[in-house]
Amino acid sequence: MLEGIMIGLSTAFTLTNLMMVIGGCLIGTFIGMLPGLGPMSIISIMIPVAITIGDPSAALILLAGVYYGAIFGGSTSSILINAPGVASTVATSFDGYPLARAGKAGKALTVAAISSFCGGSIGAILLMIFAPALATVALLFHSSEYFALMVVGLSAIAAFAGSGQVAKAMLMTVLGLIMATVGEGALFNLPRFTMGIMDLQSGFGFITLAMAMFALPEALYLVLDPSRSNNETGGEIKDLRITKAEAKSIAPVIGRQSIQGFLIGVLPGAGATIASFLGYAVERNIAPKEEQDQFGKGSVKGLAAPEAANNAACTGSFVPLLTLGIPGSGTTAILLGALIALNVNPGPRLMVDQPEIFWAVIISMYIGNLVLLVLNLPLIPYIAKVLAVPRNYLIPFILFFTMMGAYIGQNNATELLLLVGLGICATVLRFADYPLAPLLIGFILGSMLEDNFARSMQIYDGIQFIVERPMTLGLLGIAAILIVLPSYRARRARNRAKGIADGD
Amino acid sequence: MINLKLTRRAMMAAAAAVVALGAPAVAEEKTLDSLHFLIPGGAGGGWDGTARGTGEALTKAGIVGTASYENMSGGGGGKAIGFMIENAESQHGTLMVNSTPIVIRSLTGVFPYNFRDLTMVAGTIGDYAAFVVGKDSPINSMGDLIAAYKANPRKTAIGGGSVPGGMDHLVAAMVMKAAGEDPTAVKYIPYDAGGMAMAALLSGEIAALSTGFSEAVDLANAGEVKIIGVTSGDRVSAYADAPTMTEQGIEAEFVNWRGFFAAPGLSDERLAVYQNTLSKMYDTPEWEAVRERNGWVNIHNSGPDFVSFLEEQEKVIGDLMSELGFR
Repeated sequence: MLEGIMIGLSTAFTLTNLMMVIGGCLIGTFIGMLPGLGPMSIISIMIPVAITIGDPSAALILLAGVYYGAIFGGSTSSILINAPGVASTVATSFDGYPLARAGKAGKALTVAAISSFCGGSIGAILLMIFAPALATVALLFHSSEYFALMVVGLSAIAAFAGSGQVAKAMLMTVLGLIMATVGEGALFNLPRFTMGIMDLQSGFGFITLAMAMFALPEALYLVLDPSRSNNETGGEIKDLRITKAEAKSIAPVIGRQSIQGFLIGVLPGAGATIASFLGYAVERNIAPKEEQDQFGKGSVKGLAAPEAANNAACTGSFVPLLTLGIPGSGTTAILLGALIALNVNPGPRLMVDQPEIFWAVIISMYIGNLVLLVLNLPLIPYIAKVLAVPRNYLIPFILFFTMMGAYIGQNNATELLLLVGLGICATVLRFADYPLAPLLIGFILGSMLEDNFARSMQIYDGIQFIVERPMTLGLLGIAAILIVLPSYRARRARNRAKGIADGD
Repeated sequence: MINLKLTRRAMMAAAAAVVALGAPAVAEEKTLDSLHFLIPGGAGGGWDGTARGTGEALTKAGIVGTASYENMSGGGGGKAIGFMIENAESQHGTLMVNSTPIVIRSLTGVFPYNFRDLTMVAGTIGDYAAFVVGKDSPINSMGDLIAAYKANPRKTAIGGGSVPGGMDHLVAAMVMKAAGEDPTAVKYIPYDAGGMAMAALLSGEIAALSTGFSEAVDLANAGEVKIIGVTSGDRVSAYADAPTMTEQGIEAEFVNWRGFFAAPGLSDERLAVYQNTLSKMYDTPEWEAVRERNGWVNIHNSGPDFVSFLEEQEKVIGDLMSELGFR
């Protein structure tokens, strides 16, 4: 293995390759900030460029830089303007945006950059050491386990069910799940709930819904209710640095979520989005009571968890790609295409036949991560200044980028009508104080939840898969614990306050 | 804003580099000054790759001056078909890429249109379908699979990367029917995409997988899966160890084609120009490079051949779908 690392290092550390990774990171970061252009689209834009380079290692290093840059860029738009351009950064906006609104945009970006770096690095190390062995882990999960995993992910909505909000959060989740059923599912060959509109045949677009639920209502809210934003330190940038106490509190979160996120990323049916929601849910529900209340309102832990998890998961998704040749996510599917175009055949033979490529990929991922951190930390104060732009200019700018994001991926003008329509509904709900995040969580997890459930029902001819597969039962148990734990703790705390001895 | 400009400049420089490298090596006679491709799905899909790969080969070989591309997703491809028909007059410079699903989806009534509403230009590439099992599976041939299915039909699930009634399911049903089984009784488990279905096969969730032949070749070469039957007439040279369905006594042949359509009402001269352009492409090294890179198989059906091929496929699939209760 050491030999391999040396081969990888010597390939990666040439002047051209370093230029590639720096260029890739920059391009990725800036394009990635535009909502609607996630890592998937940016990599497909860059593939022709990479192919003309010819040298597979250099091309892969460029793409790795673009990939990591795009992920970081996506987090930036989630944090600054509440516009998550890809599903995996939705959880980032839960706490990142409130932090930015409180004038701590610089701090939020720093926490995101560091968490991403640690997640990616720990992921790369795990990949380096365990890649061949992890191929079996990737194949451990059946549909029934994926179903249970989605249920665990749904427990993240508990974070939005504050006092008196439980019913509202549940309602929004159900609404999200219902919206996920629109269009042709993977399991039925008939369109459902499309009302004969052909544009709904493939369901609501994720970007459209994310912009309609998050970015648009936020921007409109600022216009319609100026009193609120005047009270806040919206424009000012303060607290760039992380305090020692914060660093101490996020370190274990990053450690846990890097490993958990990586393992979830290894599963071909899960990926970075599930990893980020699970990371958020787990950290929120195991946090002490007073910190738990901060989740969703600007907790650094709540920001660090999904960021570390989604980066580690992105690295983890290379395991099935490199060891089995199976893409675990849309992005790795595109990368698979690029690899094949470069005459590299990913699969079990890659490590034996072309070790220099295998190691170059892994080392370049690590370097991409490192370069990204070095490049971005000094840039953060400038990026955060976006929020210092007067609102008269900032809001039209946000509205423009939101619209562009919804249009650009699909080239379909109907998306714009949907965006505006849904955005207005969302703004009304926002004024009525309904949390919108559960709707999006329900929507993202809904189709996977349904597909995996229906598949398991079909394979086992009934619901008995829950008991027949111990791992499914275990995961559902974890979901139950995550949901019940906070209220159990709260009750115990209440009892203790009343002076009643612990019952256990 | 400065940053945005920088990026755009970088992108333009990169794009310029591509164009410069791709300068035509004027070897072929130019038949068209410009060609516009309409892609009924988003960037990065199979249709997108086919249109862009074809355009790349045509322009690099100098057969076509410039090629432009337009992605129009929506309705699983239906929006683009409707656009071609409704704006036929202004779309005579456009070729739309499509594939087997246009036949299937018209039959299910998902599309209000049919391939006959368009001008059929040519089928250019294709892929055969294959039945695949895991390396440790006790099943080694179609005979073994049928025997396992007869012994326990509910435990012998066949997976695929398309919806019930979609291509992978229809191939599975077609094969089981040709083997003398009841195609409606086959337990078909759908997955979101071919990759997910392959992972499910390797994890042991399903007994066999109905998938594209080219999608299985790499894993078969690596010894992770066994291809137990291909829907081609003769063995395919890319992996000649895989037996055909026919040689195992199962009369089932199927090609998943990809090809091009033009707007309705296209003049015969114009149609001939398009067909000539696409025919010329096959002999160029530029096309060979694109084809090889993507692992496509040349299956060229032009003009009347394409029409009769589509009608034959429509009939076979239509009968099968009626039998399965999908129409």
